[in-house]
Amino acid sequence: MDLKLKIWRQVDANAEGKFVTYPVHNISQDASFLEMMDVLNEELVTTGKEPVAFDHDCREGICGMCSLFINGRPHGPDDSVTTCQLHMRKFKDGETVVIEPWRAKPFPVIKDLKVDRSPFDEIIRSGGYVSVNTGGVPDANTIPINKENADLAMDAAACIGCGACVAACKNASAMLFVSAKVSQLALLPQGKVEAKRRVESMVAKMDDLGFGNCTNTYACEAECPKDISVSNIARMNREFLHAKIT
Amino acid sequence: MTKLDSKIPEGPLAEKWTNFKAHQNLVNPANKRKIDIIVVGTGLAGGSAAASLSELGFNVKVFCIQDSPRRAHSIAAQGGINAAKNYPNDGDSVYRLFYDTVKGGDYRAREANVYRLAEVSNNIIDQCVAQGVPFAREYGGMLDNRSFGGALVSRTFYARGQTGQQLLLGAYGALSKEIKKGSVKMYTRREMMDVVLKDGKARGILVRNLVTGKLERYGAHAVLLASGGYGNVFFLSTNAMNSNASAAWKAYKRGAFFGHPSFVQIHPTCIPVHGNYQSKLTLMSESLRNDGRIWVPKKKEDAQKIQKGELSPVNIPEEDRDYYLERRYPAFGNLVPRDVASRAAKERCDEGYGVGNTGLAVYLDFKDAINRLGKSVIEARYGNLFQMYDKIVDENPYETPMMIYPAIHYTMGGIWVDYELQSTIPGLFVGGEANFSDHGANRLGASALMQGLSDGYFVLPYTMQNYLADQINVPHLDTDSPEFEKSEKYVQGNLDKLLAIKGSKTVDSFHRKVGLIMWDYVGMGRSKEGLEKAIEDLKSLRKDFWSNVNIPGDSTGMNVELEKAVRVSDFIELGELMARDALSRNESCGGHFREEYQTEEGEAMRDDENFMFVSAWEYKGVDEEPVLHKEPLSYENIEVKQRNYKTA
Repeated sequence: MDLKLKIWRQVDANAEGKFVTYPVHNISQDASFLEMMDVLNEELVTTGKEPVAFDHDCREGICGMCSLFINGRPHGPDDSVTTCQLHMRKFKDGETVVIEPWRAKPFPVIKDLKVDRSPFDEIIRSGGYVSVNTGGVPDANTIPINKENADLAMDAAACIGCGACVAACKNASAMLFVSAKVSQLALLPQGKVEAKRRVESMVAKMDDLGFGNCTNTYACEAECPKDISVSNIARMNREFLHAKIT
Repeated sequence: MTKLDSKIPEGPLAEKWTNFKAHQNLVNPANKRKIDIIVVGTGLAGGSAAASLSELGFNVKVFCIQDSPRRAHSIAAQGGINAAKNYPNDGDSVYRLFYDTVKGGDYRAREANVYRLAEVSNNIIDQCVAQGVPFAREYGGMLDNRSFGGALVSRTFYARGQTGQQLLLGAYGALSKEIKKGSVKMYTRREMMDVVLKDGKARGILVRNLVTGKLERYGAHAVLLASGGYGNVFFLSTNAMNSNASAAWKAYKRGAFFGHPSFVQIHPTCIPVHGNYQSKLTLMSESLRNDGRIWVPKKKEDAQKIQKGELSPVNIPEEDRDYYLERRYPAFGNLVPRDVASRAAKERCDEGYGVGNTGLAVYLDFKDAINRLGKSVIEARYGNLFQMYDKIVDENPYETPMMIYPAIHYTMGGIWVDYELQSTIPGLFVGGEANFSDHGANRLGASALMQGLSDGYFVLPYTMQNYLADQINVPHLDTDSPEFEKSEKYVQGNLDKLLAIKGSKTVDSFHRKVGLIMWDYVGMGRSKEGLEKAIEDLKSLRKDFWSNVNIPGDSTGMNVELEKAVRVSDFIELGELMARDALSRNESCGGHFREEYQTEEGEAMRDDENFMFVSAWEYKGVDEEPVLHKEPLSYENIEVKQRNYKTA
């Protein structure tokens, strides 16, 4: 198939960006979206032009590195996938495809389609873990955990930290990301000890970093490649309220 | 010839590690604050080591090429992590895990290292549970286990099909905690370009800031490399796109010996190659072999019809299916080790029984399991893997059997290290997949996660102190010192040289070429002629690369093509070393299959008399032949025999 790609190009964080249009030809329907981008970049390099910079790594939907906003949707026109798992069979021959970086104030563009998502790391650092050191812990089976909670914790822990939830949200809210970690640890006995401190400091850090508020549009859940549920946000709100009144 | 000192502690096998810890040197808490440690890589080994060393009180500087330490490729490990807990009461023990690992590695790993690995495996599970890793549970609230290849017990702990992700996020949490505390300083989007030595000891690294393009200098009292494996030398592999060998290769060039470079693992269950634009291969977890049955048609004409698209596998009756693993290996069946399963698939396809439009695929069929357990059970166990398959292949594996084929997955080889995980450069330690240590000639499933976390949480925090104890009075290395000057000049010179070529071929085109040479001649089947040809082909490819590669832009600012070019130039050199190593080993063992050395039944034929040693290669210059050093292996606690998976 042949496509017309309208791609955001930006030299670095301080430069002004703009859309540039590139045609690509003879793309296989079975190719992944990023393989299509590889074909474009090979052509650009061969003709002496600078290739398009985009983040990617594992190409199997788990590292959370890829991050394209395609035709108005984070990770493009398929459900429950990251951009690297999106395949060209989802597009029509001759289509124009608009490719942008994540657009959110806390995620500034570094170059072309790459953005800086280090605020997510900062949020985790503010308390998204159980504070145990290596060694001196009890035998694993001394902490029985009911299967339902273990499964719900796993559902929340499946978050890959890609930032699609922020990119999808009109307020650039990070509630889904933060609540996934808060929920995982709130559902497990290991996380209970620090529950109050965790939710308070993670929410405060999220606000500090300039992420917006949640207005319950559920766009985050709709675009999450790992189907993280907004029920985690509800759970985090309960945790937060509980922390504030105790 | 240098004698390799493996530093295996004295005493009976089961007491070696305890003895080592009892007598090793330690650094007192006040002195730990004076010591800096550099960690390169934030996967399971690097992340866990950095966090644990920081908890002890050392100052740790951590580097990764990704935008966050949470993205290291350990995250992609699917199936699980082994431990000798014996929770299922099915006869497991530390000795049995040790035995299975040595046997699975075809008797080419060090007994003492493997025993220690089995010994600390249980601590890992305890640690991860304490961190809140959501392992699968049974209804009674206890941890669940499943089976992996090469074992007769269920010892694999798992978190759905995302065990690597959950363990890595556990280590990332621990690392985040230490970053917040202030004793870990994290440097992301940085690539190590050189190890800096002073008086023969590793004292720092030179890195390229991948955003600004600037070269940066960092000094320390010791350096830990945990930069992963080199499967991407094959271009198509299950590794992440940015996984590379360059940090390890730079260490090799500075004097660290390279152990068993030709020992690579070819994983039997990957989604087959489908087109020439393809950039990577996707693994389907080995755990699928718990419930899936592997087969090809019994009749060649059926296979041909399938290849032409004239016949569907669901229409082939039971009696016309060849469940070749169950037929050849009745005791282990579909759960034979990876090297055995991969070769058996290749054998069937080479004979013309392969399926898919290329004929290079076999079926992994869940029909029986779905009939036995119901679709919902299979969905709960493997749902995310089935979804991944469906998205890539556009076929529903609940209805049509999956197609799979072997692909490069893991490298058992790596920087040679002694029992303390120290390389031949004093002060340079190596952990995880980047070292050669524990898996011999073949790694068992669910053992990579075990090794990474064993090295990081429970081995390196001890052994590095044994080295650092007499470094407490060594002053911080000035980054303006001549050693750093020299290193930066060398690195910048190399970058300038690459950028000046301005040829006509892309970096990726060279990467594909080196990959094809490696797959054809240094892959699943190797021969003397093929390996000699590979060495010649790689030499001319190296020449071609340094004359004709085209890298747009310059070394200031972000330049992705330049990053790739450095890695590919290292892959070409590494490929040559791998071929040399394979050529020098006139036997077949584990993943190293020399076609000249096989039994009548086509099984690997070892030569214990002449090759029961670790090959450790010393760099002598890019156009010089490397020198082979041998570390003899001795087995005092295991009877060495022909691997047999036909009977228990």
